[in-house]
Amino acid sequence: MTRKPILFRLMAPHIAPAVLILVAAAALVPIANLAFPPGHALHVPTGTVVLLGKWLTYALLAVALDLVWGYCGILSLGHGAFFALGGYAMGMHLMREIGPRGVYGHPVLPDFMVFLSFEDLPLAWWGFDVFAYAAFMALFVPGLLAFVFGWLAFRSRVTGVYLSIITQAGTYALMLSFFRNELGFGGNNGLTDFKDVLGFSLQADGTRAALFALSALALAGGLLLAQAIVTSKLGLVLVAIRDAETRTRFLGYRVERFKLFVFTVSAMMAGFAGALYVPQVGIINPSEFSPANSIEAVVWVAVGGRGTLSGAALGAFLVNWAKSFLTGAYPEIWLFVLGFLFVAVTLFLPKGILGALRGLRLGRRAGEPRATSAQPAE
Amino acid sequence: MAHLARTPIRLVRLVLLAFTLVLAPAALTAPTPAAAQASPDEVATILAGFTRGQFPATLAAIDALAASGHPRAAEILTALENRRLVFETAGRRVLWKDASGAHFDALTGEPVATPGATTEVRISNAVRRSVQTAMASLTLRAPDPRRRIEAAAAILRARDLSQRDALAQARADEADPTVQRAFDDTLAGLAIADASASEGVRMAAIERLAARGDASARALLLGLPADAPDALREAASEAIAAIDRRLAIQSHVQNVFFGLSLGSVLLLAAIGLAITFGVMGVINMAHGEMVMIGAYATFVVQELMRAFAPGLLDLSLLVALPLAFLSAGLVGVVLERLVIRHLYGRPLETLLATWGVSLILQQAVRSLFGPTNREVTNPSWMSGSLELFGIALTWSRVWIVVFALAVFFTLLVAMKATSFGLRMRAVVQNRRMAASMGIRTPWIDAMTFGLGSGIAGVAGVALSQIDNVSPNLGQSYIIDSFLVVVFGGVGSLWGAFVAALSLGVANKLVEPLAGAVLAKIVILVAVILFIQKRPRGLFALKGRAVES
Repeated sequence: MTRKPILFRLMAPHIAPAVLILVAAAALVPIANLAFPPGHALHVPTGTVVLLGKWLTYALLAVALDLVWGYCGILSLGHGAFFALGGYAMGMHLMREIGPRGVYGHPVLPDFMVFLSFEDLPLAWWGFDVFAYAAFMALFVPGLLAFVFGWLAFRSRVTGVYLSIITQAGTYALMLSFFRNELGFGGNNGLTDFKDVLGFSLQADGTRAALFALSALALAGGLLLAQAIVTSKLGLVLVAIRDAETRTRFLGYRVERFKLFVFTVSAMMAGFAGALYVPQVGIINPSEFSPANSIEAVVWVAVGGRGTLSGAALGAFLVNWAKSFLTGAYPEIWLFVLGFLFVAVTLFLPKGILGALRGLRLGRRAGEPRATSAQPAE
Repeated sequence: MAHLARTPIRLVRLVLLAFTLVLAPAALTAPTPAAAQASPDEVATILAGFTRGQFPATLAAIDALAASGHPRAAEILTALENRRLVFETAGRRVLWKDASGAHFDALTGEPVATPGATTEVRISNAVRRSVQTAMASLTLRAPDPRRRIEAAAAILRARDLSQRDALAQARADEADPTVQRAFDDTLAGLAIADASASEGVRMAAIERLAARGDASARALLLGLPADAPDALREAASEAIAAIDRRLAIQSHVQNVFFGLSLGSVLLLAAIGLAITFGVMGVINMAHGEMVMIGAYATFVVQELMRAFAPGLLDLSLLVALPLAFLSAGLVGVVLERLVIRHLYGRPLETLLATWGVSLILQQAVRSLFGPTNREVTNPSWMSGSLELFGIALTWSRVWIVVFALAVFFTLLVAMKATSFGLRMRAVVQNRRMAASMGIRTPWIDAMTFGLGSGIAGVAGVALSQIDNVSPNLGQSYIIDSFLVVVFGGVGSLWGAFVAALSLGVANKLVEPLAGAVLAKIVILVAVILFIQKRPRGLFALKGRAVES
């Protein structure tokens, strides 16, 4: 079988439109926000920009999760932890950037450290005043954690539900750790009261629009990267592992190395998403590690369609839109609707929205439903 | 087992209570037989001391009255302290007033309806002190054994050497063995602190306290003055070291018990999951909500009993047990029929669907009962604590251990010895073969899921006793439950049993070293690492079927 050139593979029918939309949004939404005065028909309020920017980072997390779950069968119930770690790395930089403008006016120590009577800056905080270092750590720390965790787990062939449960236990343990004041990451309250990033005020409309544009481009980049991985030869092995791990191993592939690679890449993508998330919402606290958050991310992927990448992003958008709409309009029933949505999607749309659409189209073209063997097994 | 251990203590309590009830009225009216009693004339003379209006006379009268064994001495002295002791200005008859202001004759104790003009007996701080000392020695002979013990403890706390003779006297007359022990300890404690006592006496006291060997004995031994002879101090420090060792062992034993109790909670929460997740392969995220339903069923039963049968409130837990099982089990069966059965063989998708169900159930309960905590009261037989070898174990914890074991072994019997259990295992091992043998597998699936959910409901009854009954109750147990099942080995009931208890004990043993949160983190990380070593848990199922 001859392989198509990479550009063709990247411009697959479910990726190209998404990337185009994202790039267009990165350009147009900031213009609509900044160039048109409030009240103008084309004006996008700053609140909406921030909300959309937040969802974009969620979507990137969903794409990262889809990469491991949809294409390699690794259901991580701890991806929220990588997201939060990236967020903490960025949050630490933003804390350092506050400098002497904190409530206590300490030149180096963030407020909470003064409050908890820390003497010096803990070792883990060194270097975070440099943006490049913080950005590096936002990728490196989640990547390292995923590498170590994955190296241990995949080598001893922890698979399926066992892996899911220990990833969940892992994020739970991290949440408990970050709640402790002694750890030196702000404990219960986390990191907040950020002032600016790279000299730009976080409250300014321009900064917010720029962060939105960055998030949109990051999501587009994430989609392309993930698509490049899954359509490469390595990606084919990943799918083989997903569908028949033991058989792939018997064919001579070092299964654990493939898994480790994709898991680490995915964790770094999640960390990147977290780093973009924190400056937009202005706070990061240990509840970001809560297992429920990770499960919610899994739900986005399932709703959108696992194994479709852009579907995962779509799912993140749809679920979060429904969540914010329903919590505002019908706070009493939104959990009912959300819960019902999850049940309905798993029962009636097992391949998610995008998977179902694709099935419809393929079905019409071929005159018969897709062969069942192509769908993800577990 | 705990029930057996409990019975003798209950018996002793009952006997003590009966003893007190029978003897108390007698002791109130008649003088304590052992104490020497002054004649009415002598008492009259003593009482006259209060009418002089001079403090020295009052002080002398207090001491004489305390020593007289007069049955109403305590009331008179209490009245004096509270400025309610008066005498008729004309007849010099001494009277006391009770809190309501009624007068009583101090000599005879009879009510005096219309006293003449009265004068209050004046008191000073010296009088107050004297009264308190006298009261302490009087309460050493109080009819209630608990008050006698308290009096001895008060003397010891004050290191009041002046009371020693009274105490020794009271000890000689004491019949109750418990009180005797308390008095002996007090005497020993006083002897240790008393520099004037002979070395032999003090040494004997140290030995006695060393034999008692608890925390208060240790405190008494520490009370040995620094200027005591070397031999004494050596003996005391040895005794303290011995007590420390003993206390350390005791606290270990206590920690192990706390661990077992925590482990039982984990076991209760996880055991239903061991069936729905372990046996059926459904990642049931709504498991915690089944526990919550059980807890709310307990609450509803309790409120109904309170409204319609308040006398039987203590039994509401027993009534709640089957109802919680049925209500959670019913929800489980409905859930299985409506949702789960479409998802068999796709465990990770059951995770999503049941997560949705758990959201729905939480919100349903929140809408029905409100978001706040509901209070489920402990029945009387679960309050208080059990004293065992110097370790206090609360009854609610003891019962939860017993209950968890009972539930576990009942389930084990149901799985191994009933025809339903047999069919259930057959379906799990080979569904198609079982179906060929005429087993209605869909029905078995529904019943199995109902069983797992029902057991979660039963766990909710127990957890309502130690945790807040709120819509979030289930969420706090779900992660621990999954961890227990995975640690034990999916599909193994015994695995869940061993895993729950060992995690509980390990947690409580780490806790004193690291604190509660860190202990939890340590255990989580330890389990994660353990899974790397044994990817299929403690009791891994073996054979070909595992891989499929």
